[in-house]
Amino acid sequence: MSRKSFTVSWIHATVAGAVISLALGGCGKQDEAQTSADSGGPEQVTVKIGHAAPLTGSIAHLGKDNENGVRLAVDEANARGLVIGGKKVVFEMLSEDDEGKPDMGPIIAQKFADAKVAGVVGHLNSGVTIPASAVYHQYGIPMISGSATNPQLTEQGFPEIFRTVGRDDQQGPAVANFLMSEDKPRVVAVIDDATSYGEGLANEVEKTFKEAGVKVLPREKGTDKQTDWNAVLTKLRGEKPDAIFFGGMDAAAGPLLKQGRELGIKAVFAFGDGACSDKMTELAGAAAEGMICSQAGIPAQAASQSFLEAYRAKFNTDPIIYAPFTYDAANVLITAMQKADSVDPAKYLPLIKQLTYEGASGKIQFDDKGDRKDAEMTIFMMKDGKIAPVAIIKAGKTIKFEDFMKGATAEASTVQTTEPATEQK
Amino acid sequence: MSDTDTSFLKSRPAVWAGVALMAAALVVLPFALATVGTAWVRVTNLAILFVLLSLGLNIVVGFAGLLDLGYIAFYGVGAYAYALLASPHFGLHLPFWIILPIGAMLACVFGILLGAPTLKLRGDYLAIVTLGFGEIVRIFLNNLSQPVNITNGPQGISLIDPFRLGSFSFRDNQTFLGLTASGPIKYYYLLLVVLIAVVIVNIRLQDSRIGRAWVAIREDEVAAQAMGINTRNVKLLAFAMGASFGGIAGGIFAAIQGFISPESFVLVQSIMILSMVVLGGMGNIFGVILGAVLLSFVPEILRYTVQPVQTTLFGRVLIDPEVIRMLLFGLALVLMMRYRPAGLWPSKTRRREFAPRNGREGR
Amino acid sequence: MDIFLQQIINGLTLGSVYAIVALGYTMVYGIVQLINFAHGEVVMVGAMVALWVITALAGSGTTLPPLVIVLIGTLCAIPACMAVGYAMERIAYRPLRNAPRLAPLITAIGISIILQHLAMLIWSRNPLAFPQIISNPVFHLGGATISGVQIAIISLSLLMMAALTLLVYRTKLGVAMRATSENPEIAGLMGIDVNRVISITFVIGAALAAVAGVMVGTYYGIAHYTMGALLGMKAFSAAVLGGIGNLAGAMLGGMLLGVVEALGTGYIGNLTDLCHVSWISSDLAERCAVDGHVILFGSNYQDVFAFVVLILVLVFRPSGLLGERVSDRA
Repeated sequence: MSRKSFTVSWIHATVAGAVISLALGGCGKQDEAQTSADSGGPEQVTVKIGHAAPLTGSIAHLGKDNENGVRLAVDEANARGLVIGGKKVVFEMLSEDDEGKPDMGPIIAQKFADAKVAGVVGHLNSGVTIPASAVYHQYGIPMISGSATNPQLTEQGFPEIFRTVGRDDQQGPAVANFLMSEDKPRVVAVIDDATSYGEGLANEVEKTFKEAGVKVLPREKGTDKQTDWNAVLTKLRGEKPDAIFFGGMDAAAGPLLKQGRELGIKAVFAFGDGACSDKMTELAGAAAEGMICSQAGIPAQAASQSFLEAYRAKFNTDPIIYAPFTYDAANVLITAMQKADSVDPAKYLPLIKQLTYEGASGKIQFDDKGDRKDAEMTIFMMKDGKIAPVAIIKAGKTIKFEDFMKGATAEASTVQTTEPATEQK
Repeated sequence: MSDTDTSFLKSRPAVWAGVALMAAALVVLPFALATVGTAWVRVTNLAILFVLLSLGLNIVVGFAGLLDLGYIAFYGVGAYAYALLASPHFGLHLPFWIILPIGAMLACVFGILLGAPTLKLRGDYLAIVTLGFGEIVRIFLNNLSQPVNITNGPQGISLIDPFRLGSFSFRDNQTFLGLTASGPIKYYYLLLVVLIAVVIVNIRLQDSRIGRAWVAIREDEVAAQAMGINTRNVKLLAFAMGASFGGIAGGIFAAIQGFISPESFVLVQSIMILSMVVLGGMGNIFGVILGAVLLSFVPEILRYTVQPVQTTLFGRVLIDPEVIRMLLFGLALVLMMRYRPAGLWPSKTRRREFAPRNGREGR
Repeated sequence: MDIFLQQIINGLTLGSVYAIVALGYTMVYGIVQLINFAHGEVVMVGAMVALWVITALAGSGTTLPPLVIVLIGTLCAIPACMAVGYAMERIAYRPLRNAPRLAPLITAIGISIILQHLAMLIWSRNPLAFPQIISNPVFHLGGATISGVQIAIISLSLLMMAALTLLVYRTKLGVAMRATSENPEIAGLMGIDVNRVISITFVIGAALAAVAGVMVGTYYGIAHYTMGALLGMKAFSAAVLGGIGNLAGAMLGGMLLGVVEALGTGYIGNLTDLCHVSWISSDLAERCAVDGHVILFGSNYQDVFAFVVLILVLVFRPSGLLGERVSDRA
């Protein structure tokens, strides 16, 4: 469709002169079409919800996972047949591929603004979300990301911007606190891959350690494509740290861990969510055993049971990481529209801030900046070649994973009975 | 003598009509695009930025024949100059008409910094050194957050000011005389003005003494020196001019995006700009514009062709458009050099130069 | 001191790999005065093919000893890379032999992009784990450690350099190569098949690259479609450092660059610690009292070393350490 209209526009462009009026006429017509909605009876309106993530490229599978979360939420809402502002509402997900490129962020955001979406779930990468957020702010479109963890996103002070996932500076303290309570390190080394993600996370880890009076060695850095960490690790070996934290992705973390053990470093190795997968065993072999890592939020397996079942039934696979968060993000938008009894962003936006929503990833409330209050973090440990959750950290408190699961199943059953307003099923 | 055949601009009323039509089309274009979606205006703006970059690189590669693989560094320098002087990062909010010249000057200084030590080098060595230079600039941008925070490192700089003239902001939507112009449309006109200015400067340059000196150096440096050309200064000038165009484009980029980080200034971008110059025709201003426009719109076109075709044929996307685009870039470079080394729209002298010379020793 | 020794070992291992890849650059440059930008990608192809074969063999439940499996993997990677090297020369570079120098250079960049993305289509864009099947004993050496793989890499590369030197200076083919390098036209008049010699040079370089690919894969346990680009750049810097076109120079340059990188990364942080000069400002002294270190350049600049070395050499001694060639022959 868009391709066709593109060629049409070129013809306009080359015809010149009087086209201005024609083009403007087109603009006006489009506006009318938007307000009177697509087809159906007079009482039915179509409400578009945008979703943006890289759907091609190296993390396309994560983008698809995010998209599935939104799709599930939208389909469930449609099945419930919501009536908002006296009209029957049909939600439509508009999914766009931002390729994970910063340049594409504002372009995709503009596409959503052009399409007059009521709200947006996304983007996946912080580096794309931040430039896009300025456009959403300009057009007053509420945006909730389920995976952008860079603190800067909400520090910009845009009232339209929220996230259902924890920030890097919430994840960093979690892993540092866990290390301090379990291993009681006296000297700690912090390494990062000089990317926005890796450095942001490492900064927060370092800060937490320093505040607790643990000695932190001067920061070492590499790149996200680096495979040779021998020089950096050799230097660290001389300083004899008790724990080494690396902020970065598995492709760099695997070789780092392997070389660290080969050099005879005995310290505990800890990582953020970028290196928190079974792939670490493949990359580092036996050296991966016993490593610690953290993920923002609760593990997908600990998400609410009803969500997991619905996701599996619909997509015939398990959610990867962020699907519960994008699912919740979409539901937060829809719930706020219901409460405001309007799909107009200006009217329902204030309600997002006041909302308390029991979602697949736990209770959601936003603080003044749009960050999630008391976002949970999970700590994993590599056991027999697989990462296993060992603790959940919430509001600075460490809860053993088994205890959390007991509590979660109990909570989930209460949620279903006490929340008929949002979970009419 | 000139590379671009500008004689068609003289007389011939039909040609003048064509130019007028083209101008009118360029004026109307954003409104026409906006009927499809303002996003297309943003895509076009990005394309114009790449045209500006290609024209800048064309001075170095096309006119003076110096292969520069680190050109994106100047774009980065310009972008960071703007971001640092017009954002809450340092709390400075200087107006753009002060910063853009500063950015251009700074990029110019970097161009000379790069040029000065590499003047003695020719051809392939120069290419590698410029590549290294580009990487060094990026690594510094990425790491100058400590011990003193200058660039904010990989986190990038956000909340960069849009261009403003008094209360007139280029970002906001505005209605004049019943016409609604969105932010991107206003930036489009700004970019168009800059583009026309740059094109005029380019045309004037290549017909000037300096332009002819560049071409002379490109053709035969020793002979050029013998003819009394100060090759050192003239080469430095090429680097400086090319760099300052990059710096201006970078400043506009920062203002449009509102957020920049070092990941926008990587080697692939340098190669992309080089592909645009090579595809269009090194040394020919209009060829370069053609190349840049073509390659800028390729990803958007692929998005609406290759992806749906694959989904209907195979049920999923087997080859990402991005990969196809990169393969096209690579193929464009190889095939152009093999079969049409002077580009799609070659300049006259360049075509002569690239013509096979039988019986002569490969240097 | 043990730290210093360890850094030297790290550097020599890394340098051995640089040296082998640098040989490929230097040979091709010596003969056709072309920087084969895509040479780094050939290393990547070698690593990928070997990874493929080794994974398949290791997963097939054979009783072959691990070392033999790796050897088979290498023996498959070598001809694959040779084919790539030959095709590259034949299809892309040969038609451009009389073109201006810009043309083959731009072609090389194009080939590099194409090879990378084809590899990505074949082997996915995710980093692949290189099967770690050979046991890797660690030896202690005066407080430092050296692993079996490191010893193998260093000794194997020395062996290959020796073999290559013999080939160039003691065989008929070597004479033909040197003659072509001196003056292809006259070499042709003397009855040397110049095209064949150039093809062979490319193919030998590619074979060396294949071995380097397997080394890198085994050493780091990872392979990725972009792994060749930076490695190639650094190896090229090594070749220039040693004096491009000069075999011994490539070896020396590679080893030196490896050591410079390791020592630089290891010590630059301490050397540029502003707290050594905290008396210059009271603000600085305050920060030093709190943090202990205020480091100007840390290990984050490790990728800069190769480029800085390259620029310094080209500016001050363009012929490199051992080269006699003038760098700016046009």
